[in-house]
Parts: sequence; structure tokens; C-alpha cells
Amino acid sequence: MDIFIQQIINGLVLGSIYALVALGYTMVYGILGLINFAHGEVVMIGALTALTAIGLLVPAGLPGPVVVLGGLLIAIPVCMAVGFAIERIAYRPLRNAPRLAPLITAIGVSIVLQQLAMMGWGRNYHTFPPLLPATPHQLFGAAITDLQMLIVVVAAVLMAALVWLVTRTRLGRAMRATAENPAVARLMGVDVDRVISFTFVLGSALAAVAGVMVAANYSIAHYAMGFMLGLKAFTAAVLGGIGNLGGAMLGGLLLGIIESLGAGYIGDLTGGFLGSNYQDVFAFFVLILVLVFRPSGLMGEKVAERA
Amino acid sequence: MLQVRGLEVHYGGICAVRGVDLDVAAGEKVALIGANGAGKTSALKAIARMLPARGTVRLDGADIADAPPHSLVGQGLALVPEGRGVFARLSVRENLEMGAYVRTDRAAIADDIERVFSLLPRLRERAGQTAGTLSGGEQQMLAIGRALMSRPRLLLLDEPSMGLSPIMVATVFEVIRTVAQEGVTLLLVEQNARLALSLCDRGYVMESGEITLNAPSAELLDNPAVRSAYLGE
Repeated sequence: MDIFIQQIINGLVLGSIYALVALGYTMVYGILGLINFAHGEVVMIGALTALTAIGLLVPAGLPGPVVVLGGLLIAIPVCMAVGFAIERIAYRPLRNAPRLAPLITAIGVSIVLQQLAMMGWGRNYHTFPPLLPATPHQLFGAAITDLQMLIVVVAAVLMAALVWLVTRTRLGRAMRATAENPAVARLMGVDVDRVISFTFVLGSALAAVAGVMVAANYSIAHYAMGFMLGLKAFTAAVLGGIGNLGGAMLGGLLLGIIESLGAGYIGDLTGGFLGSNYQDVFAFFVLILVLVFRPSGLMGEKVAERA
Repeated sequence: MLQVRGLEVHYGGICAVRGVDLDVAAGEKVALIGANGAGKTSALKAIARMLPARGTVRLDGADIADAPPHSLVGQGLALVPEGRGVFARLSVRENLEMGAYVRTDRAAIADDIERVFSLLPRLRERAGQTAGTLSGGEQQMLAIGRALMSRPRLLLLDEPSMGLSPIMVATVFEVIRTVAQEGVTLLLVEQNARLALSLCDRGYVMESGEITLNAPSAELLDNPAVRSAYLGE
């Protein structure tokens, strides 16, 4: 039983991170109908930027959590700028192009960013210094560290703030109106280009936080880390129903839990033939199942027609 | 108030609006009538900068042909688009708030929502519902109410009677009449010529992208050609 609880806890932690990244995919899709495959690279840039900043801050002798916070506060604006630039340079000129063009461009942007990161940060793994308390606490017979709790709580707070922004503010209303009908939103006086830029910037800020979380959780970061993470978060967005904020959150958490449970039990279920290194398979198994049986996702509406 | 000269709209090789000149004076109610495909909607969309077009469009003397489309509402122009264009996933109240998007006077916005609700009581009952759940007539009322939220001086209406039952059409036109009485200048595109001309002071008749007639409504209603082509006589 405690293995089960342990895997649920691990899954929630992982799922919180997926959810933050999935929100970036789903917001952009909701407004532009575009799958921004470069979003995973923004997460990677967030992680590596934060690590670099942390490396510079450590010698100052500040307390660990303050150093991590400093790294995060540098990574967020960097990622926001990257997200803004991606939309401005790569997607805006293709706003009225056939749908395949921006999709291919997105893959291109992803490759470019990954190569640039490799040139800047090298091919080596960067380790996240042990700056945060990792004391395990007992919870229902399983262990949860301070860091894991912090990840879940911060992700929850950010998601609540995002929901508030989108549903309760004038800007959020403009985002929803633009997603539904940009031409009419423009008639109302909405500067649609600005709303789109803002959407990218907002998603990138969440990606920066997610990047730092991943790096802290696994203690490493790497120029290629964004690819798999991005694909999984995209899967989470599709699982929940792409374009739907609640769906991205639900899809992220579910995918994290499915992966963790799968990794925890696959060894026992296959008599040791398959080990937990097959963890990544579950996400894509889920993606295939969703695309076959419920392409609109758990909470989504009409995805088939637009994709 | 509105002065249009040499307006042209092309779709690929097809010329939908050719050299349209059109004037609307402050406080005037003007109809633009014509058959399906005559170019009325294209002309209206071009005026509101929703379509790329050639020609000059002046609003109170200022050329708006190069103004960013989202700036027009701030200059007092509002359009009730063809097919209503309500935000189906936003609530009725949120749709009205979108109409006041460029305004910052929060207290006055709340007052104006109340005014729209008293003008269109059906919307008050449905305030919290998403607009997609409304009937066609209610959506048309919402689209008009939303346009009023920007406190326009010039209101462009595109086919407000389309797809509505006769009773609903009468109600919608009653609302438009009330709005006009409050001093809003109207440019109304309508296929239902009798209805449009009975509301407006003056009418333009459009055929194959060109303005063919421009006369006071009473004159158009007596014109034999107009009667046979557009009034079904």
C-alpha cells in the first residue's frame, strides 16, 4: 500500500510540473490554433538560465532557498522574452499561412533553440546544487520531501492565479474573446496582436517555473531536456482537451500519476521483464489511446476539426 | 459624420465593391439596401476596417483608412456584425463588458450595463448565461447591446433581421429605433428593404458592388424599380 501512496505522491509532483507546461501549450492553441512545439525548449531555457544564475549567486553566501528564488526570478523574465521573440519572429509572419507552415516552423524553432542552448551551455549535464531542504516527511506511510511539497503548492498557487486572471480580469476576458473570434474582438477595441504576445509571455513564465522545478526535482538539467518534457506536457494538454485550461491541469496531474504508477508497478506486473526505465512509454501510450478513443480529450470540445 | 469615397473591395480577382461613395450626416439614419451578394456587407466591413480596401473613409473628417482596426471603437464607431458575432463562451454580462473594453470609467460602465438591461430586459434575465445558449433573437439583442456599451456616435448594423422570426424582427427594430432616438447615427445594411426604409431617413441601393440610387426613404418606397426589385410588388 505504501508503494501505491508513494507513487501517487511522486505522480502529483510530476503532474504539477506537466500541468504548468501543458497550460502553455493549451493557451496558445486556444488563441491561435497552433501547437507551439518550441514550448518545451522554453522550459529547458528556464532550467539552464536558473542554474547559471544560481551558480553565480552561490558564492555570495546567501541561504539556499534565497539563491533558488534568485535563479527563478532571473529565469522568468528571460523565458518571457524568449516566448515573446518566438511569436514575433517565427509565428506572426505566418498568421495567415496554411496551418502546416506554422506547425513545421514550430518544430524548426524547437531545433534552433536546442542547438543554441547546446552551444551556450554545452552538452554536459548541469547539476542542481542541494540548496533546498530535502528532509522527507511521513505521509500515509509514504515519504514526501520539502521540495516536493513546495513544487505542488507553488504549482497550485500559480494555476489558481492563472484561472483568476483568465476568468476574472479584463485582460483575461479579452484573451477568451480573442480565442473565440479575433475579428469581433478587434471591433471591441482589443489589440489582438498584443493579446497574442501576452499569451506567449504568460505561458513562458509558467514554463520558466516548471523548468526550475524539473531541475530541482531531478537535480539535473540538460540542453535536450525540453524535448521529452514538451512532448509529455503536450500529451497532457491533449488528454485534458487542448484549448481548455482546466483540461491542461487535469491532464497534467493524471499523466503524472499514470506514469508514476506505471513505473512503480511495471516491474512486478511483467515479472521483472520490463523495468521503470519504461516510464516514458506510458505517456505516449496514453496519447495514442486518447487520440483513438477521445480525440477531444477529457474536457475539450471539437479538436479534430481544427488540428 | 461618415464620408466614404471610392471604396473598393477585391476578393482575389473578384471586385465586390466598386467605387462606392457614401455619406452619413450626424444624427441621420441611413439604409443600405440591395440583393444578396450586392456587396453591402463587404462595404460595411471595409468601412470598419475588417477587410482590406481601397478608397478613403473619413470619420468626422479624420481619415481612418490607415488607423489600426482596434482603434475605431475609441473614435466612436461600433459595428453589429453579420451573424451577430457574440462571444458564445462568454456570459451575457461579459459580452457587454467586452463592448466597453476600451472604456476605463468603471462606474459609468456599470450604469450603462443597467441601461442596456432596461432597454433589453431579456438580457437581464440571462445575464449569467453563456451567450451561446441564447436564441437567435436574444443574441441579436446582445450584439446590439454590446455595441451600445462603447457609447458609439456612429452605429453600423449588418443584417440585424437575418434569421429571426417576424415577431423578433419587430422587437429588434423597435430597439434600433429607440437607440436612434437617443441621437446615435445609424448606417443600416438590410435585405429587408421595406423594414429598413421605414426606419431610416434615406437609403442607398446597391447592385453588383455599385451604388445605383441614393434618395430619401419615402422616394425609394415610391420608386417603381425599387418596388419591383426589393419590395416584392
